[in-house]
Amino acid sequence: MKYIALVYYQESIINAMTEQEWHDLNQECVAGVERLTQQGNFITGQPLQPVDTATTVRVRDEEVLVSDGPFAETKEQLAGFYLLDAHDLNEAVQLASRIPPARFGSIEVRPARELPPED
Amino acid sequence: MITDDRWIGQIYQQQSRRVLSTLIRLLGDFSLAEESMQEAFAAAVRQWPVEGVPDNPTAWLIRTGQRRGIDQIRRARTAHSYSHLVSEPSAVITEPNEQTIHDDQLRLLFTCCHPALSLDARIALTLREMCGLTTEQVASGLLQKPATLAQRIVRAKRKIRDAGIPYEVPEARELPERLPGVLRVIYLVFNEGYSRSDGDHLFDVHLSADAIRLAEVLARLLPEGEVFGLLALMLLQNSRQKARQDEDGNLITLENQDRSLWDRASIDSGFRWLEAALARTPTGPYTLQASIAAVHADAEEACKTDWARIVRLYDALYQQQPSPVIALNRAVAIAMRDTPADGLRLLEELMSQKAMAGYHLFHAARADLQRRNGHIEEARQSYDRALALVSQGPERRFLERRLAELTESS
Repeated sequence: MKYIALVYYQESIINAMTEQEWHDLNQECVAGVERLTQQGNFITGQPLQPVDTATTVRVRDEEVLVSDGPFAETKEQLAGFYLLDAHDLNEAVQLASRIPPARFGSIEVRPARELPPED
Repeated sequence: MITDDRWIGQIYQQQSRRVLSTLIRLLGDFSLAEESMQEAFAAAVRQWPVEGVPDNPTAWLIRTGQRRGIDQIRRARTAHSYSHLVSEPSAVITEPNEQTIHDDQLRLLFTCCHPALSLDARIALTLREMCGLTTEQVASGLLQKPATLAQRIVRAKRKIRDAGIPYEVPEARELPERLPGVLRVIYLVFNEGYSRSDGDHLFDVHLSADAIRLAEVLARLLPEGEVFGLLALMLLQNSRQKARQDEDGNLITLENQDRSLWDRASIDSGFRWLEAALARTPTGPYTLQASIAAVHADAEEACKTDWARIVRLYDALYQQQPSPVIALNRAVAIAMRDTPADGLRLLEELMSQKAMAGYHLFHAARADLQRRNGHIEEARQSYDRALALVSQGPERRFLERRLAELTESS
């Protein structure tokens, strides 16, 4: 099954890191992706720029409404995602538990949904 | 030849959970398995009186259920329900044996208690699927609206299917992580029956009995020390059921209970399971709590209670689970071993904890020690605080009675 692991953390924790700590965290993530790829679990993934770069788009009555900021102001911000190939939820949870920010943020694991075939 | 309808009812009671747990694995879907199981029993009602009871009724029911399920998948494939069961179900009907049926029951229990489901859903699913209660029975047992509960069960089953919660028993290395979650659900079911958080009835015999039955099944399937420990704990607590309330439904404390009303058979059984639990190390929290309950069960009179042993057991329990509630119980045990003043000193230290300020039993315990210590006015204030926080009928009446006694005596 395909699972998306959404990585959330408080950006304030990242902002408080030293250059070295931030560098080490990134290297740990790089190594993690390398390991997931070798195991055949990694489909794709992407870290994101901080939430103050977010723009939210809505279409109402055919009008495109653009606003500054994320969809919802939350205590933790979306920091990136992994698209994983796992046998079941237990394996997906086990993989997610090894994503480095799981230690200070949280990882939301959701099964992916396939769009139905074109009519 | 069956001439008596009750026979099928008995077989349903004995077999339906075993049949269901295997059908879920074979058919890969909770709802389909349930429908197929019902059809298999319906077929048995029709056929067995004519053809005789098969040698192995469980195997017959599973095979029949599996066939019905497969037929339904084939029929539904065109109609799109069950279209998520994309793979062709194996047309080979597997011969069920005791070992696989045994494993399937464990699979079902671990799936119902999976941590990815909400705790409420875990309790509801376990009662529904493992204990075989109807949705209405579960709802009335948990004091919830049947519609709300049905919705919760539907949602949980959908999550099991769509999020890919596997139908499996955790591997040995994951077991220490997963087993406590299962035991917690069973103990919550027991407590839900034993002492309600609101409402006017102190206990509902059925849910407690269901929890004990479930733990007995689990003890057979998974002989782990903590499974035995939980079973012992529930049996020992349940043995006091008749002594916990007077005719008017008023709560009676352990100290004042008529110990001749304690159920000896339940105590003996509790002791046997406790012995089995203690034979396995390390000793876990349920086994320690059962050991504490056993000290009470051992005392012929309240004044003969071995409080020194209880304090030692609470020390060990607190080391494993440093929670304020255990600290509270430990303080009360120390008060009983030493003096009320010693217990009160420990309670004062706990006062600063947030969880304690809003916990009615903390104020009730404090009131009791103040009363024993002769501080009547302080005790009155603590009873008032406990009363402001309590919701349950019998507990409320108990506190009111204690408060009234204080006023009379002073």
